[in-house]
Amino acid sequence: MDQDLKTELSKHGIFATTFEELYNWGRKNSVWPLTFGLACCAIEMIATTMARYDLARFGAEVFRPSPRQADLMIVSGTVTKKMAPQVVRLYNQMPEPKYVISMGACASVGGVFDNYAIVQGVDQVVPVDVYVPGCPPRPESLIYGIVQLQRKIDLQKLT
Amino acid sequence: MDATTLVTLLQEAVPGVVLEPVASVDLQTTIYVSRDDLPIVARVLLERPEVRCTLLAELTAIDFWPREPRFEIVYILISIEHRLRLRIKVRLDGADAHVATVSHLWPSANWLEREVWDMFGVVFDGHPDPRRLLMPEDWDGYPLRKDYPVQITMKPKTTEPLQVTEQEFRASLVKDRMSRS
Repeated sequence: MDQDLKTELSKHGIFATTFEELYNWGRKNSVWPLTFGLACCAIEMIATTMARYDLARFGAEVFRPSPRQADLMIVSGTVTKKMAPQVVRLYNQMPEPKYVISMGACASVGGVFDNYAIVQGVDQVVPVDVYVPGCPPRPESLIYGIVQLQRKIDLQKLT
Repeated sequence: MDATTLVTLLQEAVPGVVLEPVASVDLQTTIYVSRDDLPIVARVLLERPEVRCTLLAELTAIDFWPREPRFEIVYILISIEHRLRLRIKVRLDGADAHVATVSHLWPSANWLEREVWDMFGVVFDGHPDPRRLLMPEDWDGYPLRKDYPVQITMKPKTTEPLQVTEQEFRASLVKDRMSRS
């Protein structure tokens, strides 16, 4: 639909949209993250959901304790090689469409732990949509990461 | 009880055994025991009424590579009854790193010995459950050894090493039910 026509219609109190826009608008504003914390970044993730930072403003406050109900995995912390199979299993148990935020330096590149026991970036085992830098990232950073993810969801095509 | 009294007392209990008390910085009684004498010394420490070290607080190892004997296994024992703390050490050669388990005397030794096996590759003879504790079960090498390459890059495995078969699963269920009834 023509953008000018849409603007003109909205002046007359008529809201025109496409199914795709409506669908993505709904999806991006109700991202349900998985209750899943690995290390100290998880504490910041918890803080993000609490009253001061209030992730609910962005529709992503419903942390689901079951991967079957979640569509965002926030990998918050160091992924050890022993934990990697479980991370992959949780990711596989999530229904499509699903997204992954790699939160913090450890999850993104291994952080300070350049050793045998740590996965050097969770993108080696699961596909990552948004990387949030920081050690740990402040809640504002995580919120910015979720907003970036929302923009990404908004640009998705149904067909 | 001071260190000398304790060592004399122990020596009376186990006459043939060489006990080698050494000075330590923290003034805690420290005794070296040979590998073969460890089971009898451990049993005496646990059961002798004057000592009664009922608590094994810590069991760990030290790697002195490249020095030989390379490993030292450290047992920290506590007697709650007599308010004693005692440190027993056992020297082990790198090529022949195995020692008898004490997990039948102190149940807390079970996981501690598994950890030492996992991290240092020291075998505990007669251990009831000799599996790795911290590293993945299919791990190669012993990370806390001094000659272990710490910054090795290995591709993370995402398959789970502990996939049980259906028969194993059923067998363990049956075993569990039998132990409860």
